[in-house]
Amino acid sequence: MEFFEIFIAGVFINNILLAQFLGNCPFLGTSKKMETAVGMAMAVIFVLVMAGMITWIVDTYLLKALDVEYLRTVSFILVIASLVQFVEMFLKKSIPGLYAGLGIFLPLITTNCAVMGACLLNISKEYSFLSALVSSFSYAVGFGLALILFAGVRERINLARVPKPLQDTSIGLVTAGIIALTFMSFKGMV
Amino acid sequence: MAQSLAKEFTKGLWAEIPPFRLVLGLCPVLAVTKTVENGIGMGVATTFVLVFANLLISLLRNVIPSKVRIACYIVIIATFVTIVELVMQAYTYELFLKLGIFIPLIVVNCIVLGRAEAFASKNGPALSVADGLGIGIGFTLSLAALGAVREILGAGTITIWGGNPVFEMGPAFHPFAFMVEAPGAFVALGLMLAIMNLIGSK
Repeated sequence: MEFFEIFIAGVFINNILLAQFLGNCPFLGTSKKMETAVGMAMAVIFVLVMAGMITWIVDTYLLKALDVEYLRTVSFILVIASLVQFVEMFLKKSIPGLYAGLGIFLPLITTNCAVMGACLLNISKEYSFLSALVSSFSYAVGFGLALILFAGVRERINLARVPKPLQDTSIGLVTAGIIALTFMSFKGMV
Repeated sequence: MAQSLAKEFTKGLWAEIPPFRLVLGLCPVLAVTKTVENGIGMGVATTFVLVFANLLISLLRNVIPSKVRIACYIVIIATFVTIVELVMQAYTYELFLKLGIFIPLIVVNCIVLGRAEAFASKNGPALSVADGLGIGIGFTLSLAALGAVREILGAGTITIWGGNPVFEMGPAFHPFAFMVEAPGAFVALGLMLAIMNLIGSK
């Protein structure tokens, strides 16, 4: 039951994009086409779950055990950067189909603050290993859900006539605001 | 020399002001601008990191091998972010709590890495510091402006560092809480961007 609650809260109530404002650069950058949005969503789900597990292990058995928690920022970013590199090499060699599908989005994930942010949130909420795993997965699913919804709306906006100063990013942000408004109504669900 | 320094400094204030002209580093922009105070705090922290990361990277630019440069930049940036984090925890604890995880997340702010890659890795230390300072101050101004819009419309007042509000709407004004919530951040930034486009296109 506890895991179910964490999952629902992560996907809808504390949606990482629309309620916590993490990962907004790829949110606006890769949502112009449905195809790229799906690629990015897949890459984030894959990397975020792995990063969530590994940073939890590093934090508990290295940083806390050795009492060097002030190194958290440096060590987390190194873990994420090397994880992304490793995943890239692994996929290229063993699952070339998936690698080609994810393409450019994989290296971009290093600077996606949703990954680093979710890892830091797991630590600050003092989750157990399994809870951290569930919450990482739920954040990633929430990211994918919001991104794909947003890409759908944006493809439709491309067909509409928008006043010149509002075009592109500007109307994108206003649209994101309206989607965030709908996600706000999930508050109080759990 | 002085002229080019001034040029690198002032371009951050209008021509390339983040996050409006360079649509980068949006997460802290949206998340911490509920109030002017938080916006300025975040801006100053980011400026510090920008200036010192730019300085160090530009000094080391001939030493860092180009194949592993991004990793080196990130470690340098992360070091300065840790310094900011510890300093803020020691001296401005309340602000530190309000900004929360967005302080360590300066590491993945694309503006900082972007300036390191696009500017500091190709220019000397003095120019890089001017560039970092200009972009940093531009970023702080943007955050403060967005914070002001959201705080005035959402709360009806502006309060900086405790004490009495420095600005207050009349009693007839009814604040709409929407602006300080998540959706208000997106809408306010989108409309400000549209205004910037309108002014810029003339």
